[in-house]
Order: sequence, then C-alpha cells, then structure tokens
Amino acid sequence: MKNTKSIAVGAAMLCGLFSASAASAATTLESVKENGHLQCGVTSGLPGFSQPDDKGNWTGIDVDTCRAVAAAIFGDAQAVEFTPLTAKERLTALQSGEIDMLSRNTTWTLTRDASLGLNFTGTNYYDGQGFLIKKELGVDDATELSGATICIQAGTTTELNLSDYFRANGMEYQPIVFDTSEQTVQGFAAGRCDVLTSDRSQLAALRSKLNDPGSAKILPNTISKEPLGPVVRQGDDQWFNIVKWVLFAQINAEELGITSDNVEDMLKSDNPNVQRLLGTDGDMGAKLGLPDDFGHQIVKQVGNYGEMYDRNVGPDTPLGLDRGLNALWNEGGILYAPPLR
Amino acid sequence: MKKQTVDSRPTGPKPWYDPRIRSIFFQFVAIALVFWGGWTLVDNTLTNMESRGISTGFGFLDETAGFGIIMSLVPYDATMTYGRTFLVGLMNTLLVSAMGIVTATILGFIIGVARLSSNWLVAKLALVYIEVIRNIPLLLQIFFWYFAVLGSLPSPRQSVEVADSFFLNNRGLYLPEPMPQEGFGLVWGAVIAAIVAVVGLRAWAKKRQLATGQIFPTFKVGVAILVILPTVAYLATGTPLEWELPALKGFNFGGGITIIPELAALWIALSLYTASFIAEIVRSGILSVSKGQTEAAKALGIPNSLTLRLVVIPQAMRVIIPPLTSQYLNLTKNSSLATAIGYPDLVAVFMGTTLNQTGQAVEVVAITMAVYLTISLAISLFMNIYNRAAAIKER
Repeated sequence: MKNTKSIAVGAAMLCGLFSASAASAATTLESVKENGHLQCGVTSGLPGFSQPDDKGNWTGIDVDTCRAVAAAIFGDAQAVEFTPLTAKERLTALQSGEIDMLSRNTTWTLTRDASLGLNFTGTNYYDGQGFLIKKELGVDDATELSGATICIQAGTTTELNLSDYFRANGMEYQPIVFDTSEQTVQGFAAGRCDVLTSDRSQLAALRSKLNDPGSAKILPNTISKEPLGPVVRQGDDQWFNIVKWVLFAQINAEELGITSDNVEDMLKSDNPNVQRLLGTDGDMGAKLGLPDDFGHQIVKQVGNYGEMYDRNVGPDTPLGLDRGLNALWNEGGILYAPPLR
Repeated sequence: MKKQTVDSRPTGPKPWYDPRIRSIFFQFVAIALVFWGGWTLVDNTLTNMESRGISTGFGFLDETAGFGIIMSLVPYDATMTYGRTFLVGLMNTLLVSAMGIVTATILGFIIGVARLSSNWLVAKLALVYIEVIRNIPLLLQIFFWYFAVLGSLPSPRQSVEVADSFFLNNRGLYLPEPMPQEGFGLVWGAVIAAIVAVVGLRAWAKKRQLATGQIFPTFKVGVAILVILPTVAYLATGTPLEWELPALKGFNFGGGITIIPELAALWIALSLYTASFIAEIVRSGILSVSKGQTEAAKALGIPNSLTLRLVVIPQAMRVIIPPLTSQYLNLTKNSSLATAIGYPDLVAVFMGTTLNQTGQAVEVVAITMAVYLTISLAISLFMNIYNRAAAIKER
C-alpha cells in the first residue's frame, strides 16, 4: 500500500504545482513593498549604463533609473536588487515576473511594446546606431562601406537596422554575429571584420577596450533611432505610471534647477512647480500611490536627470558623451517631460 | 467419515487484489497523470501568455526576417521569411555536424589504432593527444582555433595566394567555383554508371571468392573505374566545366567558394575533440577481441594488415558502435557552441536573432529543441540499423 500512498502524494503535489496560476492578486507595487526591495533587470556589464564595480556596487544611468524608483517607493535608493541579464534573456525575465522592471538599454520598438505583453515607460537615453572602423581602411563615410564585413553583437535591434541601411542604400555586407560584446571587440581586433556596429554610446566604450584605441575611429553617420528606456509588464497601470513619472520627475527637476545639492533649500521655494515636485504642496505622490515626498527623495538620493547623465556617461566620464539629443528641450535637446501637476 | 466434495479450485482473488488488474490499473493511472500534466503545462502557458498580452502561434514564420546571414547553403537574402532563416540555420548545423562526424571518425580510428601500436613513440604520441585534447573544455578549444587561426592569417589585401585561384586570409579560404556548362550532365551520368559498376563488381568478387577462394583486387579496380569513366566522359564531351575565380573587390574577395574561418575553427575543434573520445572507444573495441582470434589468424598465415581488417575490426565494431553513436550525438549537440564565435548555426540564427526580433521565445525554443531531438533520433536510428548489421548473427 506504500506505493499507492506515494502516488497519491505525488499526484497531490502535481496538482499544487500546476494549478498555481500566474494571475496573482497583488499589484506590482504591493509585492515590491512586501519584498522590501525593487528587483531590477540590468546588463551584465556595460560601462556607463549598468556595471558592477570591484566591490559589487552597481553604477550607471540604467542603474540610477532603478535607484530613483526605489527612492520614490521606499525613500531609500539602496533598496534595489539587480538581476544581470543578457540581451536574449531580458524580455523573458520581465514577462515571467522574475524582475519588477527592466532598465537595460533596451530599444523601444512597436513589436516589443505591442506584442510581448510589455510597456515602455519612457526614454532615459536617446541613442542611435553607428560604425567603428579601422583608420587604415581610409573610409570617412558609411556610404563607402559596400562589401564590408561587419561584426555585430547578437540579441539586439542592431542586425535589423544594419540590414535595412545597407538595403536602402543598395550596398552589400557580410555580418558576423557574436554572442557577447567582448567577443565582438575581439573579432574586430583580430581583423575578422572591417567594421563594428553598435549603438553610438557603446562604440566609445568598446573602442577603449582595443589595444590601440587610436587605430579605430567612429564614423559620423547615425543609421537608426534607438530610444532606450525602462520597461514594465503590461496590465498594471499604477506601476506603469510610477516608473514613467519617476523619470519625468527627474527631468522636471533639472528643468526647475533642483539638484541633489540644493534640494533642501528648494523645500522653501515659493515656486508652485517646485513645491508640487518636492511634495511640500499638493498630493502628487498619493495620486501615484507613493509618499508625497517622492520627488524630494529622488532628487536627494539620485539627483536630477542632468546629474545622473553627467555622473555616468557625460563628458567627464570615460565614455565622454555630449548631451546632444539628451539635453532638455529648451537647451537644444529633445527631453521634454509633461508637467507635474 | 463422510467424504465431502469440496471444490478445491481457487475462486480467484477479488478484482482489487488481483495483481494483473492492479498493474493495468496503475499503468493506466500513470499514463493519465502524464497526459494530464503535459496538457496542463501547455494550457497554463497559453492561458498565462494570453492574459499577459503576449502573442503566440507560429505565424511569425511567414514574416519577413530582414537581417543578413553570412553563410547559407540555400539561397537567402534579407527579404525572405523567418521560416527561411530556420532552414538556413538548420542546414549550417547539419553541414558542420556531418563534416565533424566524418573527420572525427577517421581521425579517431587512426589514433585509436596508433594508441595500440607496438611502436613506443607512436603509442605515446597518441596517448598524449588523447589526454590533452579530451581534458580541455570544448569551448576553449573553439576559441583557441578561432582566434589563434584568425590572428595568424593576413588581411585580405595581403592574402596568401596559390596560382591566382586560391586565396587565404583572415576572412576565409577562397576557392574557385566550378560552373558546369552544357553537356556536363553526361559526366554525372558517367559517375553514376561507375558507382553502379563498382557495386556490381563487389558483389561478383564476393561470390567468386566464396566459390573459389580467390581474392579479386576489388579496391584497386574499383578506384580505377571511378576515376577513368568520368574522366573519359569529361574529355569526350569537350571539358564542359568552367571555373569562377575569386577576386579582390573593395574590402573583400568576391566570386568563387568561400570557407569562412568560423566554419573552419568549429570544424577543427569539434573533430579533434570528438576524435580523442572515439580513439578511446576504438581502443576498447580492439582490446575486447580476444587474443586467440589474432593468434588463430596468424596460425593460418593471414598477413597482419588483413588480420586487423578482416578479423579484429569486424568483431571490435560490435563493441565500438553503441558508444560511437553517443559521440556522434554529442558532436551534433556541441555544434551549438557555434554561437560563441559567430558561425550562423541553428542556435545562433534562429534561437538568437530570430528569437530576439520576434520575441516568440516559447515557440522558437520549442522548435529548436524538436530539431535537435529529431537529428539525434535520426542518427541513433541509423547507427542502430548499422549496429544490427554488424552484430553477431546466430547461424
């Protein structure tokens, strides 16, 4: 009879296993609060965007985007746990609920937004695809690249952009698709390809990994639009709003001149826009399901968008990227956040 | 005492105590559980994906892929469908697996026999080869061959060239491509005729040997037929074959046949790695043949080379084939490491780019797993048929 018993137990366990439906009653905000931390998906290491240092502390603009959300919810920018993900894994990790939000230089496209059960909440970095080429080839423009062999990293929108660009210009190319960015650079350095293509923000970082960075240059052409931004699961509008408005709060803070240095003084500001952002007036936080001082906490602990940019990818960092498109709308860029009121 | 007539036949246990009925019942329950489990998994996945707004189904296979692939055995360009990228990746996987299996087998047999050689140096060299190669992870070996080979080759403009038709550089090996002209069909006909002739010859020679004991030099005559017949046809039809030579155009060579370094590195690494395992299998097979067999052959005056070929190897094959099948399966599955060096195999193309562009993870991964399962089962089936032919036949 022992056998029958164990079969019955096994069957009961199976029942439990399969009937555990995914439709959990708790909202994302509730489950994040219950866990006491935000689970955020990032890259496994991309300078300027998300990279762990030698002590295991994560830094980067994508990391700071996660920290700002944690600061808004908990008032503690450190209440984040990071899940390093490859390009292939990232969307599945978010769909399956392994992470609460994805902030991993992910390009906002229609397919991803509409058919994968995901929502892009905004753009924290406007990028575009470019080319890194060996100087000795004497090429100055991407239109001279017909017949070139091109190294690409797998799992990105890069392959399609590349193909589209060459087809549109009636040129031919040979793609070599590597699994990781290290192998892509190695292939380029070993001479397997003439050109390496990636988002412009990454080309500078990849070029710095070459033995002789001076032997390669970045072509002036930008062949695609790559709006990179945080992603959340579809179907939880409150969570979608929170992640969206945390970024807007950072951009608005820069526009209003609130920085992590002057944020305490700004609490006494008479400007109603500043008051609403910092929570000294109105109930903006409550509308989102957050504490009213969420803006104050974000700016105090993470900083406004400009600070976040300069610290991670700006001109004084190894990446040395100018603000360009990522400047505020009134300073020549296209960053434009809806008003916080 | 009165004799009582008692019906001594057992009445049989009640159905729930009958072991036969019981075992059928439990088997039925087990099967029902398996089916219910599988159905629940599929149904749960579909329901959850639908409730999260994730599109499902295989419709994406008909959409335009839009990305380029460096190497394709079937015509392919970016305007074709995702279904086509599947075919391209599958063909590339099959190509490198087939090439690897052939060379690994040849190399493995040579090294396995060398390992048993009475020549001390040959035996120890084989031993060192086996122990070094099979104890280093395959991925490292692939990287070694890829970057070691790439690093030592010149750039396209400084190619190593032979007779203005063969070029070697770090973009690959460029060979002239044969372009059959009108009338070449006759040459193909001659090739087929030669093959038929050799098969017939072999059957005749075997029959004659069984009848008279005389050995006919089938191998030499067979090779002669295979070479001479097509050559005669080729010359008779006026050499209807032209060669397209590769030439430097812009960045790279164009025209001719290209063997990309990714394919070469993967092929070399897979062959060498698997050969070291096959060598040990061959050695174990040969050692499993009892010494008496060799001694008996010697006593009959059969030369050493014939003893190995006719007495030892046929008996060793019975031991060799089953583990050899596993090695073929391993090699095929290991070919998926191609993705690390950019060889466009099924995993790199279909489970890589196609999966990323469509986001249809469940479907793409399911298809890919089904393909590897099918390839593996096909190899097993083929090897089992061969095994049955080689196994001891009770007469």
